[in-house]
Amino acid sequence: MTDPRQATNALELKDLSVAYRVGRRDRAVLRNLNLTIKAGEAYGLVGESGCGKSTVALSVVRYLPRNGSITGGSIALDGKDVMKLDAEALRRARADSVSMVYQDPGKALNPSLRIGRQLTEIFELAGTTGQAAEDKALAMLNRVRISDPASVMQRYPHQLSGGMQQRVAIAMALANDPSMLILDEPTTGLDATVEAEVLDLIGQLRRELSASILFISHNLAVVSNMCDRVGVLYAGMLVEEGSTKDVFNDPRHPYTVALLRCLPRGGQRKDQGRLDTIPGFLPGIGATIVGCAFAERCALATERCRAEPPPLYELGDGRLSRCHYHDKAQSLPRATPAEIPAVAPKRAPPVLQVEGLNKTYASHGRPLRAVKDVSVSLRPGETLGLVGESGSGKTTFARLLLGLVPPDEGGSIELDGKKLAPRLASRSEDQVKAVQIVFQNPDSALNRSHSIRHILSRALKRLGGLSGKALDTRLEELVRSVRLTDRHLAVKPRQLSGGLKQRVAIARAFAGDPRIVVCDEPTSALDVSVQAAILNLLADLQSKQDVSYIFISHDLGVVRYLSDKIAVLYLGRIMEFGPSEAVFSGPHHPYTEALLSAVPKLDRSESARIRLDGEIPSAANPPTGCVFHTRCPRKIGAICETQEPELSEAEPGHTIRCHIPFAELARLQKPKTMEPA
Amino acid sequence: MSATDSPPLPAVPDAVAQRSPWGEVLHTLLRSPTFLTGLGILLFWVICALLGEHFVPYDPLDADIINTLAPPSADHWFGTDQLGRDVFSRVIVGSRDILTVAPLATILATIAGTALGLVIGYFRGIVDDIVSRVLEAFMAIPVVIIALLAIVALGTSKITVIVVIGLSFAPIIARTVRSAVLAERELDYVAAAKLRHEGALHTMFVEILPNVIPPILVETTVRLGYAIFAVATLSFMGFGIQPPSPDWGLSISSNYGMIGGGFWWTVLFDALAIASLVIGVNLVADGVHGAFND
Repeated sequence: MTDPRQATNALELKDLSVAYRVGRRDRAVLRNLNLTIKAGEAYGLVGESGCGKSTVALSVVRYLPRNGSITGGSIALDGKDVMKLDAEALRRARADSVSMVYQDPGKALNPSLRIGRQLTEIFELAGTTGQAAEDKALAMLNRVRISDPASVMQRYPHQLSGGMQQRVAIAMALANDPSMLILDEPTTGLDATVEAEVLDLIGQLRRELSASILFISHNLAVVSNMCDRVGVLYAGMLVEEGSTKDVFNDPRHPYTVALLRCLPRGGQRKDQGRLDTIPGFLPGIGATIVGCAFAERCALATERCRAEPPPLYELGDGRLSRCHYHDKAQSLPRATPAEIPAVAPKRAPPVLQVEGLNKTYASHGRPLRAVKDVSVSLRPGETLGLVGESGSGKTTFARLLLGLVPPDEGGSIELDGKKLAPRLASRSEDQVKAVQIVFQNPDSALNRSHSIRHILSRALKRLGGLSGKALDTRLEELVRSVRLTDRHLAVKPRQLSGGLKQRVAIARAFAGDPRIVVCDEPTSALDVSVQAAILNLLADLQSKQDVSYIFISHDLGVVRYLSDKIAVLYLGRIMEFGPSEAVFSGPHHPYTEALLSAVPKLDRSESARIRLDGEIPSAANPPTGCVFHTRCPRKIGAICETQEPELSEAEPGHTIRCHIPFAELARLQKPKTMEPA
Repeated sequence: MSATDSPPLPAVPDAVAQRSPWGEVLHTLLRSPTFLTGLGILLFWVICALLGEHFVPYDPLDADIINTLAPPSADHWFGTDQLGRDVFSRVIVGSRDILTVAPLATILATIAGTALGLVIGYFRGIVDDIVSRVLEAFMAIPVVIIALLAIVALGTSKITVIVVIGLSFAPIIARTVRSAVLAERELDYVAAAKLRHEGALHTMFVEILPNVIPPILVETTVRLGYAIFAVATLSFMGFGIQPPSPDWGLSISSNYGMIGGGFWWTVLFDALAIASLVIGVNLVADGVHGAFND
């Protein structure tokens, strides 16, 4: 007999089927899912939204919503059948052996209890009381590397930043020393720099603890960095499984192949070709699937795929693929041709010229400088990428351009050489239609009471000055230009998927032939395959219409794909500004360097890692001297604390705000810092 | 990009998702026992108000001086009052005036309150500060006092009652609408409207209003219950509906002196009628609230 601890798997799902009851019908969400996580293993589950990832997590602890039920199969946690546990045993299992960390720590923590109370409670539940429980709570906070844990114990959740909250949530999850830790998109809402810290923490804890991990994420790069093995979920079925390295470097299912191709990788740029996309949609929940679930979207599909459901083929080395033609998966033809129309470089005068723009808010009687002394210029047909952590002033800058908030006196915004009034109301009709925006969240940006036809017609009427027949003709053109069809016009926004809604929002922004379109994280709420299609669309529209973009995103790979110029913002100040290639390939500002280093790479290439400690300081009370000195890994001394560096030209058109001379930066960053994934 | 990139409408997987939000609400309502019970009571009284005079056994205004204060019997189910009028017929037909005045007052309150709420919620700032304080002051005065003043000034009539109740309920609706508008105006579609140089009226009434209908509808049904109660109260006090109407509040007012003499039937059935109508409307309001906030 072997040691039973060795022999049992941490989690074993056998033929698990889960259905949600919607409108008197059971709709299958998980279909005969088999999945095994060995003791001490980290297993990643990836797939687009709606494929059943979170349902897996909820099933494991039998915490499905009321209309969800397990319709077949078994779940074994540490060898114990979860389905057979009575209420008390289930409660014990949840308390002792399995923990979950959710996406939004703000909702996972009780807003009206102090952190200390919430953490101590868990130990009290386990039998420790009084001071001993409190000491354990404190030790737990130390373990998740929270600075000054004693004071954090005294605070309420809302007094902590998102990253800190997630650390607390992880501390709570680890308090009972679980054998199984389920992480459901634990870093999705966080800034890249904070995400990197949290992932580092999880990585370190893994080595210290014995817990097995089920890591659920839509972010392939994050999973690739965190997990030993990975499973790709599609329509509630496992379509591919294997070691992380194998699956991402040598995928054997067309879906995995296609997903990986959707990501802008290796510094790909818009002028080097379009991203690949996945045509069509995920089958709806409960859809009847004949043959292969992916067949409809797969360019390799044959008659056999449509008729005969593929089994999970074993490919050796623990690799599985649910594809009849797994050996040919990588020959999947592109769904979107890479070719792009050749664009002749132009030397037109700048369409946008911003000089010394400032915005100061009043915060509790103190000035809060949201944007400080920002100057940029942009030519027609170019994209300016704005990057920086949340709170760096990206969105405020965009709102100043749009005229939604008026800037402080003094600065100027010029459009085609003419000064733009600070307030939207005092801008001319032409100026208003020239600067438009695609918002981050189409649910908020599209009026849910109006039909798509109403939304777009109104924009054409107001921005395009059209009416009657001319409006109808132009509407048809506009709809086609964002690759929607007439049928989409009759519906309300809620009847469209996220990607389609974003196309409507883009169409609206283009209704009046704008000169500049601000794109404020337009793809951050979308799946990668949809993101690729939207990025392609934006790139196409730009090459056709000569429009300029201000592109805001926290995803540096996406920014790099679309941008010609990059402005790196920190506490409302431009830290670095220059041509995209120069900024990304370096030498760059230490802050840019840290941002780039925080991006998880798909190929797990770990080069010199730079982590930023702590949080972005408050703009109401910025550090003296160089505002970045409190977190700067390359701080050189007292000068950084006392004197604010100038934005000085490092190369022609490339400026950096740092006391370290450019040549010295180049030397320091010599082993060339990495490219974003 | 190729043609494959032009996505078809997603295959909507189930009937529930296909229903419009309003269809969804209707579907929930028609399965809510609370709503259906309330609707039943309400419909009963509406039918009485519309057609009651054709099927009641006696003319509600016909006095029978030989047969005054007769207790309930087979001839007079609810007995007769001090003038010998049939109480049953009076209760049935008595629903007519209250069911005209209360809904009209509620509609007036809704229209005025919605317009006011949209304006103060949309503009905020100093307009909001001033108007909100005035509304609060207004809400602190009891309806009866306002009614008294209005009636002294304008004379008694149904129109006066409608206007008095309508205007005194408008601030409450305005407050509800204001808070809904405050949430809506922060959404990006409002910014998008500004970026089209839309006027304030368009933004308020075309963009925002359709999205704040649910709370308005809930508040309106709740107010209808209060309006019925207010009309009955005013009539009871003599400021509302005037004789010879068989109105419930009025009947109670002219008969409640009889209770001491043991003639309970002259008051009880009118009181029950008021109670049942208010309960019916409140059940409907509960159902509507539940359907929108599920």
